[in-house]
Amino acid sequence: MAWFVFILLAVLTIGGGLGVVATRNVVHAALSLLVSLVAVAGIYLVLFAEFLALVQVLIYGGAIIIVLLFAIMMTRNDEYPRITDNKQWPLAAIAALALMGILVPAFAINSVEGTHSQSASLTGIGEALFTTWAVPFEIASLVLLVALIGAIIIARSDDGARSDDAASPDDGDN
Amino acid sequence: MVDLVWFQLLSAALFAIGIYGVMARRSAVLIVMSIELMLNAVNINLIAAASHMEGIGSFANFDGQLIAIFIITVAAAEVGLALAIILRMFRNKSTVNVDEIDLMKW
Repeated sequence: MAWFVFILLAVLTIGGGLGVVATRNVVHAALSLLVSLVAVAGIYLVLFAEFLALVQVLIYGGAIIIVLLFAIMMTRNDEYPRITDNKQWPLAAIAALALMGILVPAFAINSVEGTHSQSASLTGIGEALFTTWAVPFEIASLVLLVALIGAIIIARSDDGARSDDAASPDDGDN
Repeated sequence: MVDLVWFQLLSAALFAIGIYGVMARRSAVLIVMSIELMLNAVNINLIAAASHMEGIGSFANFDGQLIAIFIITVAAAEVGLALAIILRMFRNKSTVNVDEIDLMKW
């Protein structure tokens, strides 16, 4: 049963990934990415990582795909939704295949003898996050804060930026 | 049960697809999507190792899952910042194709 679910999800993951890199329509690429990311959430469930599956669906399936679709919408020009590849795509294919050629034998030959999958308790994850990993957790929150402020400053328009600083109270509400 | 090696092979395939996408695509939005694929490949690897290796050697407390949480955090920050830069790029140059953004190339 676990094998059947795993193979189904692996096919969905790889298929979605190939859709991202192969399709000519940029919106279809975003939707393929959504398929791939939700299938990866299913892979986490096969691995008994329920909390990570939840986080994956919420952050990737919810937030990141929506932000990507907004970016596609706002950067629309004449050649959209058609997209093209670089002239160097054969080189990219060779690089990707070479990476596969290194990684697959490395994983297959030198395979690690592991136990069966085990489930992590949510309580254990929470405790580790706020004790062992407390400092990285705080740094991660700082990174998010700096990235959000930076994104707002970079993306806002130049005209009226000076007067907006002091005047409008609704400036920073996203 | 599914062995660890199959998750690693899936992760390798997804990472290779991401590499191809980063190198072959012209649109910056598509490159960001390919980077997301690569980050997900890394997360699959970490979480599979965390589930299968718990209690063996120095692996304990599902540390892989915690590292994966931080990777997801950084990925979210990266997407927000990258898309802000792409919007600014589009406003200045009216294109999101990375080979046409050649202001610093000589």
